[in-house]
Amino acid sequence: MLADAIARYANERVRKVFRDAEEDSVIPTDVVKAGWEIGILPTGIPEAYGGFGEYSAITGALAAEGFAWGDLAVTLNLMVPNLVAIPLMLAGTEAQKGAYLPQFCDEAMPRMTAALTEPRIQFNPYKLKTTASLAGESYELNGTKTAVPLADNAKFILVYANEDGQTQGFLVPMDAEGLEIGKRNKLMGINALPTFTIALTGCQVPVENKLGGADGIDFGLILAHSRVALGAMAVGVARAGYEYAREYAKERVQFGEPIAHRQSIAFMLAEMATDVDETRLLVWEAAWLLDKGKDAARETAVMKRHIDEMVVRTADRAVQILGGYGYIREYPVELWLRNARGFATFDGLAIV
Amino acid sequence: MIDFELPEFIKNQNQLIQMVAEQAMRPYSRDLDEHEHERPQAFVEMTWPFAQQMVKRDLKGLEIALNGRTGQNGNGAAKSAPTKPNYAILSLIMMIEQLSWGDAGQYLCLPHPMLGGAAIQSAGTPEQQIRFFKRFTEGEPKWGAMAITEAGAGSDNSSMRTTAVLDPDSNEWILNGEKIFITSGGLALEESDGVCVVWATVDPKAGRAGIKSFVVEGHTPGVTIAKAEHKLGIRASDTVTLHFDNARIPYENLLGSAEVRQKGAGTKGFKGAMKTFDSSRPAVAASAMGIARAALEFTQEKLAEEGIAVDYTKGTHELTAVERDLMEMEARHKGAWLLTLRAAAQMAHGQSNRLEASMCKFRAGEAVTWITQKAVELLGPMGYSREWLVEKWMRDAKINDIYEGTRQINQLIVARAILEYTRRELK
Ligand SMILES: Cc1cc2nc3c(=O)[nH]c(=O)nc-3n(C[C@H](O)[C@H](O)[C@H](O)COP(=O)(O)OP(=O)(O)OC[C@H]3O[C@@H](n4cnc5c(N)ncnc54)[C@H](O)[C@@H]3O)c2cc1C
Repeated sequence: MLADAIARYANERVRKVFRDAEEDSVIPTDVVKAGWEIGILPTGIPEAYGGFGEYSAITGALAAEGFAWGDLAVTLNLMVPNLVAIPLMLAGTEAQKGAYLPQFCDEAMPRMTAALTEPRIQFNPYKLKTTASLAGESYELNGTKTAVPLADNAKFILVYANEDGQTQGFLVPMDAEGLEIGKRNKLMGINALPTFTIALTGCQVPVENKLGGADGIDFGLILAHSRVALGAMAVGVARAGYEYAREYAKERVQFGEPIAHRQSIAFMLAEMATDVDETRLLVWEAAWLLDKGKDAARETAVMKRHIDEMVVRTADRAVQILGGYGYIREYPVELWLRNARGFATFDGLAIV
Repeated sequence: MIDFELPEFIKNQNQLIQMVAEQAMRPYSRDLDEHEHERPQAFVEMTWPFAQQMVKRDLKGLEIALNGRTGQNGNGAAKSAPTKPNYAILSLIMMIEQLSWGDAGQYLCLPHPMLGGAAIQSAGTPEQQIRFFKRFTEGEPKWGAMAITEAGAGSDNSSMRTTAVLDPDSNEWILNGEKIFITSGGLALEESDGVCVVWATVDPKAGRAGIKSFVVEGHTPGVTIAKAEHKLGIRASDTVTLHFDNARIPYENLLGSAEVRQKGAGTKGFKGAMKTFDSSRPAVAASAMGIARAALEFTQEKLAEEGIAVDYTKGTHELTAVERDLMEMEARHKGAWLLTLRAAAQMAHGQSNRLEASMCKFRAGEAVTWITQKAVELLGPMGYSREWLVEKWMRDAKINDIYEGTRQINQLIVARAILEYTRRELK
């Protein structure tokens, strides 16, 4: 049912606006509102914290694929609150859950986001350059983050930083001293989603804002959940490309018959269909492991790397099948290729 | 519901088969590879009792279905909708994977109806199934085989020329022609009282509609083994040319109907062959996955001894080329295996799986080919050496890209399905 609602939303709302949203760098607010109202996140938050359900990574993966088939930027935008809510559920202390989780069950989309990515070539989420050090009753954060979605409008940013070699999370309120929201990023794709570079210069955060309390978090677990989300979204983008190319190939006539009558086209489509199914199973299996409370750091690392390649290959094939038209921005496939390439660098930009 | 948990009894079965693989297969792998056409006796002896049990279980199911059957529906086993999933197919797929982890060539010598059994199950009546399977539950070891391929009819198997003519006086079919590359053909027909399902045409002018399947029993006069192949890999497996020279078989050994053009029956006989593939393709994929797992595990183990293990927390720029290869090997292995399990689970739930069977088959063939070739590469001179089994696994692996429909043929099937094209639209 949820999957149907998402498919309808993706098809009837998102697909109507996604090209303009990309060109104008803005998503119509009513589309975001309608997406939020489907209520994916609150259904995953337990009643004790104001939600009405039970958390499941598999459900999250299903939702992420369905939304991303519509458009990746819209999906990432809709799921920005997850970036804080899910780590809270996975790793937050009781006090943190009680204080923050109910805010995610409101009608209005909560203004919370997270910052993981750093603007450097050799970015590795396990080895952040942004640092956190304890000084008395507060942590001091120093560093630069980029691709922070909706940072300009946030109340809190969950900032990941390196504390003694471990990646830890810190809830930084917008008015924290030493936090500065910088320029909006200009990216190769997902331009409808506003993302920002932020600077932390001697930024002070109270100790109780460290996610998970004094013990902190198992970042590998959070990253695993992020990789399930991104993997599922990549499957959604790949499926969009595959389906579009398949229908196009059946319509486009050259040499007197549809180009899909040729094996070189048909076999590309067969591979695309198989890639989509195969990677979806990989995502689901990883999500299933996580839901059973298993450590899936290894599985998700393997799966993510494989899917990052798959989604680019599939989007590329979609462009190829459309020929010159594939290169033209009136057709969607070029955008899917640009978006697809992002997955290799999107670690932490989505989570379910 | 999305669930990847295996039923408990399958996990137990796995332990038993693991033992067979380790004790009765691996120690003989190299020797059997170097002495082509020798039979894997230790394996056959150890598995014959176990294989008999499996067939007995199938027969019991058939008898229950037969007794409980109300209407006469002539074709196929219990048609009533299964209330709970039929785990037999899943357990079979797991067994094939594990035996192939042991040795894929020896696995093909399992004294069991095998591919022939799959054909009899998809096209035979319950009575026929009981008649042909019973022998696999008693006496000496027996083998099953299936013969479609001919010199002029490989991927295009509908162009086969072997003929079956009914002799009205004796009510027997007379088979004439030649089948090539038949797995366990010699074991089934010459070395035991096994069965071989042979596809032949009763009317060469009728094309696909004229193609029927016949059960040829071991030691049938007029059937000879004309040649045993020398192969790249799976050398423990018996691959032969079968010659049919006025071979006579009873009328009742025809699977399905003798009619060429029944009303609405269309190309039913040939479709029976195609239906066999719905279960045999996941089986081949499972075998491929067993080899892939063997190669992957061995490579990981040997590299770990050298201090080389994947650090899954490394960033893109820190990963070595070897680590990337190992991660991709893992991903491709897991992906193809999950596709295989999906196709098998669909069968267990009585769902149609033609598309998914072809998907898993071509993807598994492709994956195992790549994974084993990588394994040889990553293990350097030792990988290439015949001291270890990796090079053999690479040779064994390739067959999965070829038989039960080549990679291309299975892609063609997938492509036609997703495009909703006929054979004419997509050649
Ligand atoms: C060890 C071994 C065991 C075997 N066991 C059995 C058995 O037990 N029973 C049995 O019946 N058969 C068996 N076979 C036969 C096997 O199924 C065939 O070899 C296989 O189907 C391919 O047929 P072919 O060899 O004639 O190749 P061809 O059909 O000549 O194919 C040659 C190449 O052309 C490609 N090709 C063909 N047609 C198309 C098309 N339409 N579009 C795109 N590409 C195409 C193929 O993919 C392949 O790459 C066995 C083969 C071997 C090697």
